[in-house]
Amino acid sequence: MNILFYIAACIAIIATLRMIIGTNAVHSLLYLIVSLLSVSVIFFLLGAPFIAALEVIIYAGAIMVLFVFVIMMLNTGSSGVKKEHELLKPSTWIGPGITSGILFGEMLYVLMHPASHPMTRAEIQPAAIGALLFSKYILIVELAAFLLAAGVIGAYHLGQKEKLSHHRYLKKEEPTI
Amino acid sequence: MTIPMEYGLLLAAILFCIGLAGVLVRRDVIFMLMSVEVMLNAAGLAFIVGGAARGSADGQVMFLFILAMAAAEVSVGLALIIQLYQKFKTLDADSASGLNG
Repeated sequence: MNILFYIAACIAIIATLRMIIGTNAVHSLLYLIVSLLSVSVIFFLLGAPFIAALEVIIYAGAIMVLFVFVIMMLNTGSSGVKKEHELLKPSTWIGPGITSGILFGEMLYVLMHPASHPMTRAEIQPAAIGALLFSKYILIVELAAFLLAAGVIGAYHLGQKEKLSHHRYLKKEEPTI
Repeated sequence: MTIPMEYGLLLAAILFCIGLAGVLVRRDVIFMLMSVEVMLNAAGLAFIVGGAARGSADGQVMFLFILAMAAAEVSVGLALIIQLYQKFKTLDADSASGLNG
């Protein structure tokens, strides 16, 4: 069973790296979906089957479909790939690579110091999550609802095309004699 | 037999750093948004690993909130990308660096 964790972890890392270095948006998106699916396998192995299902349905399903729709709407095609090649020079990788590498080294140092804690394989039932969600964390659930409502309104407002005139009274009227 | 918790956290750290490098390197806003998704997913993985180490459901509850936040963030971000493309006819993040007063 342990080998499954390592295989899924390797696939997640490789797919995410391919996503970062790709130039075609759709190919990168498909690699991102592979990465999310392998992380979902890891969730399943860690005893979180409900979260694994949610990862597949919401992350790899709904959110990635939104990305696909936007890429289809923008329809940059091969010109976008060409532009990406111009933007993505090898020298741009130096600074961000070094800074992220330093951060990763620090996290590695912190993680590898204390004694090892084994992870339980005990499966946590969705009923336990639901009971906790609507008793202890009820306030955060309501705040998440606010956030989602704000997201819907913001997306609707930003997504519409700019109108030339908002109201007929705000238009400049021709002087009539 | 069980996997140590550090390996799970290590995977989360690796994914987070890859996403961070992606946000810093790429200039196409769609790729930047996808890298932010990777970082959020890595944070959620860290919560799940912590929950699995303690055997409690709290980590999974936190993942649900991260999921809701990611959905709201993506919808607003994609609407902004559409606006950017309509105004500047490009997806380069540097094109929107000037103020219009």
